[in-house]
Amino acid sequence: MTTAVSFSRVSRHFGAVRAVDDVDLSIAEGEFFAMLGPSGSGKTTCLRLIAGFEQPTSGHIEIFGTKVENVPPYRRNVNTVFQDYALFPHMNIIDNVAYGLMIQGMGKAERHKAANEALELVALPGYGDRRPGQLSGGQRQRVALARALVNKPRVLLLDEPLGALDLKLREQMQDELKTLQRKLGITFVFVTHDQGEALSMADRVAVFNDGKIQQVGSPQDIYQRPQSRFVADFVGSSNVLEPDFVKQLTGKATYASLRPEAIRFVQSDGHAATVTGSSYLGGTTRVGLALGDMRINALIAADQVVPQNGAAVQISWQESELHLMEDAQ
Amino acid sequence: MRSDGKQSAPFALKAAAGLGLAFMHLPIALIFVYAFTTEDKSYQWPPPGFTLKWLEVTWNRPDVWDALKLSLQVATISTVIAMVLGTLCAAAVSRTKFFGRETISLLVILPIALPGIITGIALRSAFSIADIPFSIWTIILGHATFCVVVVYNNAVARFRRTSGSLVEASMDLGANSFQTFRHVILPNIGTALLAGGMLAFALSFDEVIVTTFTAGQQSTLPIWMLEELVRPRQRPVTNVVAMVVVLVTVLPILAAYYLTRDGDQVAGSGK
Repeated sequence: MTTAVSFSRVSRHFGAVRAVDDVDLSIAEGEFFAMLGPSGSGKTTCLRLIAGFEQPTSGHIEIFGTKVENVPPYRRNVNTVFQDYALFPHMNIIDNVAYGLMIQGMGKAERHKAANEALELVALPGYGDRRPGQLSGGQRQRVALARALVNKPRVLLLDEPLGALDLKLREQMQDELKTLQRKLGITFVFVTHDQGEALSMADRVAVFNDGKIQQVGSPQDIYQRPQSRFVADFVGSSNVLEPDFVKQLTGKATYASLRPEAIRFVQSDGHAATVTGSSYLGGTTRVGLALGDMRINALIAADQVVPQNGAAVQISWQESELHLMEDAQ
Repeated sequence: MRSDGKQSAPFALKAAAGLGLAFMHLPIALIFVYAFTTEDKSYQWPPPGFTLKWLEVTWNRPDVWDALKLSLQVATISTVIAMVLGTLCAAAVSRTKFFGRETISLLVILPIALPGIITGIALRSAFSIADIPFSIWTIILGHATFCVVVVYNNAVARFRRTSGSLVEASMDLGANSFQTFRHVILPNIGTALLAGGMLAFALSFDEVIVTTFTAGQQSTLPIWMLEELVRPRQRPVTNVVAMVVVLVTVLPILAAYYLTRDGDQVAGSGK
């Protein structure tokens, strides 16, 4: 399998701030790769390093085997869908989409034909004469996508592309982006702070925190087998169990993660806990529990009886659901 | 009486507003009237008669043509200098962060806040210290100091409204710096630049104070008018020239006003 993008020991410092700190990364060709993390975690800087808007302070970046340190953005076969879309306000849609081809020197008729095809690909046929200001957020997002794809990039970078859309539109675009990526086979690198988005769309996810990659793996890996407290907490809001408690169960004094939906309420032979609150989430209800000194959450299906606030309950889980974490921080 | 659901202003207010406007604009109308009077020694009211002969007299006065030519040259060259420097400075201040950015912004704007007489005296003493002989170029330099400000102000406002990611998007799509400037930056700041340039031209064209200090023997049109007022001979010629000055400066300012007004709508629709 060809490597599309690789980082070896890449750092990007802004003064004293280590935006990206000693990152190693390898993204395969044709992969849908998500960079997930809270704001300020370095994921967007990584994307900008690939695009060429930032230069690494140290380390090397390769795109399809070529070192790109001195390659300006306009000579990289990589295109970006910007967070604010960055459509050119003085051009109509067709000229926006055809911009890259115009720069390449393609004739007007030919590039307009290609741009129209790209607009069809993103389900916006016939919108060419409009101005960016006349389109809705979702439509502008599609135009930005078409404008990038028309150049047939080998890697498409997407910077929080769904962040400005409302929930329903976002879910629809998630499906469409995924379908589009499968169809075109282009490598997608996708930056998001929304763990649900990363898990549902990506083939692999890199979780960022403080300029470092915490964990890289398939969505299942990241969700079910978090390797650190940060990943457990940030992805899927897993419960983190204290080493003292874990030692009683397994004999090993280490932190362990336990997903909220793995917790069941039982009549007997469980761990004693107290209900501290509950919130109705629609399909499920989240129940807050005090387990010894720990505060944990359980998710129960909406049709189950929600225990009263302050009630003493017994909880249980399958042993395989408890995941021990290597780092003991 | 109501129109469009809004209450009409009382008569007294209307009259006061009318008087205020008349006070501001009637004197200008008088200038135009005196350009056609038959009396040439003093401004006598009402004019004893009307004639078009001053137009012809003015046309045949070489000193008027010299002054007009000089003024046009000075205004054109200082506007060009201001447009280049003002745009570059605006781009630097609004696009990047660097040490002393706010100070530079303030220093660029300062010449227009300073009284012209200060700028004039400062430049004059600087020119004599540096042994630079007074010429058309010293006038141009003097004018450029405040022309840069209007271009800069217009450009900086537009740059700030233009999303920075547009430039990145253009580079991302394969355009180098020159192509990005031509296809993305210029169309977005073009009207602001044109407006700034026109204002700069108008400012330079009717400038008196800085010019008195930085000119040698030459007279720009406003300086020439000032000199003409002192001697009571063929006075209406001055009025004819004044009419020309009004037309030459008002038209660009009006055009600048309309250009930036439309430009705001275009630039605002981007984000």
